[in-house]
Amino acid sequence: MKLEANIPAGPLAQKWSKYRFDSKLVSPANKRRYKVVVVGAGLAGASAAATLAELGYDVENFVFHDSPRRAHSIAAQGGINAAKNYQNDGDSVRRLFYDTIKGGDFRAREANVYRLAEVSVSIIDQCVAQGVPFAREYGGLLDNRSFGGAQVSRTFYARGQTGQQLLLGAYSALARQAGLGAVKCHTHAEMLDLVVVDGHAKGIIVRNLISGELTRHAADAVVLATGGYGNVFNLSTYARGSNATAIWRAYKRGACFANPCFTQIHPTCIPVSGDYQSKLTLMSESLRNDGRIWVPKQAGDKRPPQDIPEGERDYYLERMYPSFGNLAPRDISSRAAKRVCDEGRGVGESGRGVYLDFAEAIQRLGEATIRERYGNLFAIYKEITDENAYRSPMRIFPAVHYTMGGLWVDYSLMSNLPGLFVLGEANFSDHGANRLGASALMQGLADGYFVLPATIAGYLASQKPDQRPRPDHDAFRQAEEQVRGSVRRLLASQGQRTVASFHKELGQLLWDHCGMARNAAGLKQALDRIPALREEFWRNVRVPGDAEELNQSLERAGRVADFLELAELLCLDALTREESCGGHFREEHQYPDGEAKRDDQNFAFVSAWEYQGPDRPPVLQREPLGYEEVKMTTRSYK
Amino acid sequence: MNLLQELWGSSLGRKYVMAVTGACLFLFAVGHMVGNLQVFLGAEPLNAYAHLLQSSPKLLWCARLTLLVIVILHVGSAVALTLENRAARPVAYVQARYEGSSLASRTMLLSGLILGCFVVFHLLHYTVRMPAVNLTGKDFADFQHTLADGTVCPDVYRMMIVGFSHRLVALFYAVGVTLLCFHLGHGVGAMFQSLGLKNRVWGSVVDRAAWVAAGVLWLGYLSIPVAVQLGLGKEVLP
Amino acid sequence: MRVRLKVWRQKHAHRPGGFHTYETPELNPNMSFLEMLDVVNEELTQRGEEPIAFDHDCREGICGTCSLVINGKPHGPHRGVATCQTYLRSFRDGDEIVVEPFRAKAFPLIKDLIVSRKAFDHIIQAGGFVSVRTGSAPDANALPIPKPDADRAMDAAQCIGCGACVAACKNASAMLFVAAKVSHLALLPQGKVERERRARAMVQAMEAAGFGGCSVTGSCEAVCPKEISLEFIARLNREYGRALLKGPN
Repeated sequence: MKLEANIPAGPLAQKWSKYRFDSKLVSPANKRRYKVVVVGAGLAGASAAATLAELGYDVENFVFHDSPRRAHSIAAQGGINAAKNYQNDGDSVRRLFYDTIKGGDFRAREANVYRLAEVSVSIIDQCVAQGVPFAREYGGLLDNRSFGGAQVSRTFYARGQTGQQLLLGAYSALARQAGLGAVKCHTHAEMLDLVVVDGHAKGIIVRNLISGELTRHAADAVVLATGGYGNVFNLSTYARGSNATAIWRAYKRGACFANPCFTQIHPTCIPVSGDYQSKLTLMSESLRNDGRIWVPKQAGDKRPPQDIPEGERDYYLERMYPSFGNLAPRDISSRAAKRVCDEGRGVGESGRGVYLDFAEAIQRLGEATIRERYGNLFAIYKEITDENAYRSPMRIFPAVHYTMGGLWVDYSLMSNLPGLFVLGEANFSDHGANRLGASALMQGLADGYFVLPATIAGYLASQKPDQRPRPDHDAFRQAEEQVRGSVRRLLASQGQRTVASFHKELGQLLWDHCGMARNAAGLKQALDRIPALREEFWRNVRVPGDAEELNQSLERAGRVADFLELAELLCLDALTREESCGGHFREEHQYPDGEAKRDDQNFAFVSAWEYQGPDRPPVLQREPLGYEEVKMTTRSYK
Repeated sequence: MNLLQELWGSSLGRKYVMAVTGACLFLFAVGHMVGNLQVFLGAEPLNAYAHLLQSSPKLLWCARLTLLVIVILHVGSAVALTLENRAARPVAYVQARYEGSSLASRTMLLSGLILGCFVVFHLLHYTVRMPAVNLTGKDFADFQHTLADGTVCPDVYRMMIVGFSHRLVALFYAVGVTLLCFHLGHGVGAMFQSLGLKNRVWGSVVDRAAWVAAGVLWLGYLSIPVAVQLGLGKEVLP
Repeated sequence: MRVRLKVWRQKHAHRPGGFHTYETPELNPNMSFLEMLDVVNEELTQRGEEPIAFDHDCREGICGTCSLVINGKPHGPHRGVATCQTYLRSFRDGDEIVVEPFRAKAFPLIKDLIVSRKAFDHIIQAGGFVSVRTGSAPDANALPIPKPDADRAMDAAQCIGCGACVAACKNASAMLFVAAKVSHLALLPQGKVERERRARAMVQAMEAAGFGGCSVTGSCEAVCPKEISLEFIARLNREYGRALLKGPN
């Protein structure tokens, strides 16, 4: 199989307009004759479902939550990037594009990223029109803040709850269409399989999480906007329910999975406090605008922070990356934190933490200003740790936060399975090997509001209206039987261990061997142990309750079963990519000063893995990354 | 009539009705208190004022009927809302703390209904002048006063003094007006809230002012039975 | 520390439910309340019993999925936080903690501590939006909005849709939820265009769902994880009155 990215020809800046002009259209009268199933209602899913319905398509939306307003996009704190240049500080579409490509360590597709930057400005317009209450200046115009990996202020924000406000905006657009009857919203509805008919994605199998009933939903196109797979690590900043089931089952139906090893570890999270912990809480990157990160110069220095004199502190980000300082990108900051902790200079009881200190900013700006800027974050910190960050520095440590990898898609966001579109974090397309802060919201909304609604017509126009397979088609029956079989198998096992214990063990294994730093030996060890753990899972898991009722253990068991397979692919990809780039750091490939050593000669490609069946290893397809307008350079923030 | 239907058709609309009628009743309570306080000026001014109010039966009945309609609307909306509110929680909590709410706010219907009973007694006592309820063995209808201009009119002054001279009656009035003020303390603030006349600038001022107004009413109303018990107007007592 | 949990268990809506008492194992005071339930559930599962079903997702107080009435108060003892942000250090060793589901006719029980809050979606579908099509928006800075208005709108827009206001209200009223959305949009020029239609439609949807009315007790504000002010209810009353006077549109 050859992966075709379908990037339009012509100069970078004109590709998107050219694509749209060349694209086939569906006439208004025909649109309602096409059914589109959208799975997920985060930023990407909700915006896509709403916009497709506005255009006139017959849309059905599915979420496993109790409402389409709960997706984890809601937890994004800091902001959303857009090349508006309202600050007159030299920003432009091209600069946002370049920052994003460079931030992604030259492992993202040039044309996609340029389009993202181009569309970013319309997102802000759209959201403001919907009533998203972005922060404003006294003159009444929009305010901006700066974020990691950029030297301009281009981040729009709504206090520390930007994701929430944007999601509620998209949710309101979706609700409006639902009210008009243009979208049918299914809640408590988890997609458990993709149905492929004659090589095209033509529907899904859904389990009603309240009644346990399995239903078939046929469509002319299927859109997955189901988020990332970071919960494969168990402990992460993801919501507990975030899972990879939809994309993983699509992968097993033939959609390629791209760059699974590109996972983002966010530098500013509250450190782990005990083995009961269910999740890690992020402290927005925006804190690094005013907070200074440091550890003691002396290893094993256990004095309280206020007793450590200035001269004995190491503001290591400012020292190592003087031009970006505390605003160095996430992968770099995280790795630096790991390095100083490995040297024995970590702080806190576990020694796995660094200080994020606001003393200087409070002295400079006053406590009131800091409170206004970050009050809610300081409050979150206080709630969780019972410590006052106005008085003593916060303790932070990196945690799994985002996955740049995901299902492979072409320029139109369609996977190699025709009819299957993948949006937002669920696809791999725009962030390369590392995502910059405030870019996830941008991508989710770009995909949902502007890209998919324009590109899906190209595919639908190639399908005859009203000709989609019926749900009694054999492929639907088989898929449903398969789902029913695996549900039964999970309940029948009646073993000794809980689902959570497997998840915890898997997470620890991945964190140890495929976390912030990876090496061949560790990855091989993980690749040995994961299949064994998976085998034990199916033999020894205990899932109480029945299939025909609300059963949270069963839901989680299905998700963990998928993580147990995905973890293996993640490690395999990490082992295969013999270079360090972005969030993927191979210890064998570094410069003497510890910086990542990228290998453009041999690895300037997207790894897209193709499933071959349960007993055969996946096949690696390579999509070469060609850069027409930028030069691949060593990524330096020094 | 669409507007009226819509008004009564929603809980917000019924709250408007309750607030507006509540405001009328509050104003009546203020006026009534000011009129009654003339008892401290002596028999002549109070009786002259009472005579003035009753001099035109048409106007008097108009006012009475208006008040009656207001009361019916006020109580009617309260009952309708309460029934609905009860239905909104068919299964009760085993443990409920109703965090942040005051006792007055949670017991408005109760305080209102008891108040209603008190008002009925009050009407029988002084308006209908039913001898059986005044516990003094006298018929208030017999009390006559001749004004300075020679007009003969009911002696309201004497009626009040005699009425409140009975300790039990005085105590009952004290309880009644306390309940009234408890009702108004929450009610007046809520009235502004229900009509949307509160904002964050003066919202808390309104709430405090409501309790101050309730306190003033309480003192004003209570002062009369207390004063009578302490000896006010004892010259008219037998 | 250890606590005794008295938890409402109910297999599904049509079966009777009741309280079950569970003694927890040794707990760490830095655990969150939901992590404590995780621990209890692990034990139950190992014993072959069905774990307690409860709603949760983000576990950082923003998704609005978690619920629970803890010792008579939605979202537990503290102000301004959701259940997932409640930590065991707020309780004492040996405490008995009563855990009930949100109770309201409009929030029918699904299982154990889980209720359906679909009614909230229906209210938003009725009018909780600005009718703007994707792609038709003018430049974001074309419409200056005074900072105090934007800030005030944000205060209201913070609502996480958890339903604690309904759970806490003696009338199971959804006024604070509706007020927050109506106020958020009424405060912004974008939302003013269809303010009357919105207020009327959302109030109608709220009443149709079976929520009670507002008695201005203030319980909703006291338990709201985002501390959304009662003042917004006054604003809703104003908006609705205005809509009535303007007539149907």
